Amino acid sequence: MTDIVKNIFRFILFLLLQAFVLNKVPPLHQFIVPYVYFLFLLWLPFSIPRLALLLIAFIFGLSMDFFTSTPGLHAAPCLLIAYIRPFLLNLLLPQETTELSYVEPSLKSMGWAPYFVYVLILTFMHHAYLVLLEWLQFGDFLYFLGKVTATTAISIMLIFLIELLFYRKAKYRTNIA
Amino acid sequence: MGRLGGALSMKNIFLFIRRYLTFIIFLVLQVVCLTILVTYNKTHEGVYSNVAMGVTGWTDKQYNSVESYFRLKNENQRLVDENNALRNMLASNFSGPDTSKTFFIDSLVKDTTGKVRKFTWLPAKVINNSISLQTNFITLERGTKQGVKKGMAVVAPGNSIVGVVVSTSENYSIVMSLLHRNSKVSSMLKKDNNAGTLEWDGKDPLVLTLKNIPKSSKVVKGDTVLTSQYSSVFPYGLMVGRITAIDADPSSNFFTLKVRPATNLSAIQYVYLVDNLLFTEQKQLEDEIKKAN
Repeated sequence: MTDIVKNIFRFILFLLLQAFVLNKVPPLHQFIVPYVYFLFLLWLPFSIPRLALLLIAFIFGLSMDFFTSTPGLHAAPCLLIAYIRPFLLNLLLPQETTELSYVEPSLKSMGWAPYFVYVLILTFMHHAYLVLLEWLQFGDFLYFLGKVTATTAISIMLIFLIELLFYRKAKYRTNIA
Repeated sequence: MGRLGGALSMKNIFLFIRRYLTFIIFLVLQVVCLTILVTYNKTHEGVYSNVAMGVTGWTDKQYNSVESYFRLKNENQRLVDENNALRNMLASNFSGPDTSKTFFIDSLVKDTTGKVRKFTWLPAKVINNSISLQTNFITLERGTKQGVKKGMAVVAPGNSIVGVVVSTSENYSIVMSLLHRNSKVSSMLKKDNNAGTLEWDGKDPLVLTLKNIPKSSKVVKGDTVLTSQYSSVFPYGLMVGRITAIDADPSSNFFTLKVRPATNLSAIQYVYLVDNLLFTEQKQLEDEIKKAN
């Protein structure tokens, strides 16, 4: 299975997971909304061009918006994390070794601590921007703070659950593929 | 020099664009996102939602076709509740109270012909009735909201009497039937206007008792009994019943007459409520005399 087919599958799977499972979960609290769909963007290969990453993020976010009928609400945060991602990876990765030898970000390819920071920062940015957009439409500051904190915590938890449950074999980069 | 500067600046612009292409694209897409977000929230309609429906409609439908099974129980309960609510709204549960009584505010106290109105009539539906007890009451679907007052006379179609209103609520009223131990109606013989009191002994619903008719009266079986002029509740001359038996007690100067009521009290469906508008005035005057003596 090539990377592109795998990522197309992920694209669809994460959308369906978010739209038909996580969004349907009865809310425990108004702050707690489990967001995981953007993990698709975090799992994209290292080698993807920045422009392509932006366009993919835009399309992915808009597709998510189709399901929630909030056009632009998810696309904007997705764009943001897609734009930030390369810079963050540059900071977190020792240049010569890891990026060349592994295909995509994962626990194994980056190590626990850098991967955690990577996920944490992007998740927080995504939620902060998403909730900010919601907040601008309605709500108060307490809502903003509470929801960003709660959703980030829930998302981090879910993402690491997924990482542990669906262990991805860290593929080495080869010249063949 | 100017050409060179122009070329240089053009080159610079292209260089700038190339260098910051990603950032520019990012900004442009962000602006696109925010624009559609804001405009969509303003209009909540248009092309986007149509496209979205086309794209997600199918998946939503598939999902729903599975998900709906899990909601069947709740949905059934909801439908039952709704059915119940709708059934409660059925027209047969309601009867339109008071459609035929209209009030006029007349500037004249008296009729121009010199007559004063004494009685008003108001139709009512019987919703509960009994004849088998010693204290029989009838429930009417008319209440204070429709102008029913305590003390109103109740008359069946055909101008035969039924009873007197003894209690009222907003939409209902209770009538003390003629078949009640405490019922007393001032009645008279049509033949000679001798008045007596109509009562019920609580035994046979087809037999009422008319007392205090003087023995001077030449009463025979089959004579008609009407409401008397002395009744402050009932209008004058309503049908009460016919004499079925004459009991001439030798120790008394009065007859005790058995009367078969004109009204079939077990089968009344609709009745009229009769309001004596002058009742208060008459009562007041009589009470003054009683006090004075």
